[in-house]
Amino acid sequence: MKALVIDDSRVMRKIVSSALAPLGFEVVEASDGKEALDILASGVEVDLCCIDWNMPVMTGYEFVVEVRKNSYWRDITLMMVTTEGQHSQIVKALAAGAHEYLIKPFTPDAVKSKLQLLGLFVEEV
Amino acid sequence: MISVDSFRWVSDVVRTRSAIILDSGKEYLVESRLAPLARDGGFSDVDAFVRSLRASASFSAVERVVDALTTNETSWFRDAQPFKLLSDVAVPDIMRARPSSVLNVWSAACSSGQEAYSVAMELEDLTRMGRLKIFGSDINQAMVDRARAGRYSQLEVNRGVPAPLLVKHFKRSGVDWEVSPLLKSVTSFSRHNLLDAAPGGPFDVVFLRNVLIYFDLDTKRKVLSRVRNAMRPDGFLFLGAAETTIGIDDSFERVGNSRGSIYRPISRRGA
Repeated sequence: MKALVIDDSRVMRKIVSSALAPLGFEVVEASDGKEALDILASGVEVDLCCIDWNMPVMTGYEFVVEVRKNSYWRDITLMMVTTEGQHSQIVKALAAGAHEYLIKPFTPDAVKSKLQLLGLFVEEV
Repeated sequence: MISVDSFRWVSDVVRTRSAIILDSGKEYLVESRLAPLARDGGFSDVDAFVRSLRASASFSAVERVVDALTTNETSWFRDAQPFKLLSDVAVPDIMRARPSSVLNVWSAACSSGQEAYSVAMELEDLTRMGRLKIFGSDINQAMVDRARAGRYSQLEVNRGVPAPLLVKHFKRSGVDWEVSPLLKSVTSFSRHNLLDAAPGGPFDVVFLRNVLIYFDLDTKRKVLSRVRNAMRPDGFLFLGAAETTIGIDDSFERVGNSRGSIYRPISRRGA
């Protein structure tokens, strides 16, 4: 499995990446929505995008809207990972095509739990 | 570290009041759970706190000790599989047998209520029709109070509430999230010791998950017997993935080869 972690904070990218690595994800990073779109457009195939909301150049919300315009990327799972925790914002992101929404701060356990919900991680019993 | 003598006293108290066994090796658990109580009481360490408790024999203080040691880990839709089996297998079966009745669910040892509210979300159609009643019980009064309040921190909802259900069934309440009036309308919570007679019933579905593992064989038998008496003859019992009635209580049988640890009373054949 491959994940694209999109956040303008390098520290936050490392935190998200280090939560994904033990779950079997190879991680590619981008520091804003535009850079992430360019990575996808260059042919890098990913299963999951973890997307911050507030970023320069292109926000996470705009990235979700752009990805959803392109049917070639319809199988990519999109998860917002952001401090934006208002009810209305979650509704807006889901309506735009995000599948899940993880609010910062979070524990690695929460990342695992979300990926289980999304069917991207199965724990051995 | 807590002394042998204090540990023995604490484990006796907890065993008597909750039937939970704290074997030697669980000293770290007693120490870590009681340390905040000792600190709040102004004691230098857990040992001094326990010595004072033994001398005072204060009922409320002892209750707080039991509360501190009987809080279990919990999360939303824990393990996922049982909730799928609830809506795919158990509920359709019960609805066929009693199409117009209210479905009665008991979330036994419900901790802070996540399991009960997860059932309400899973069975949303029944919830909306008012045809679902979920009763949650726990030995820990603080947990019962939390379950009733239905308020959860961001960290708690991050662990297992799917975002579409979060926006549908919760609203922001300051920095927390609170379950909707609809979910609250089908749930009720009260304090109950699993060794006492069952609190109501008859229940169509009982969730008793990751509870038996804390008990010795004799206590497991007693608990299962109380639960069986509170169930409808064609009801469903959901245990934790690592739990079974096999070798403990032969009046239950496993449903199919489900990995979800679902059991039914055998007596229904003659019913």
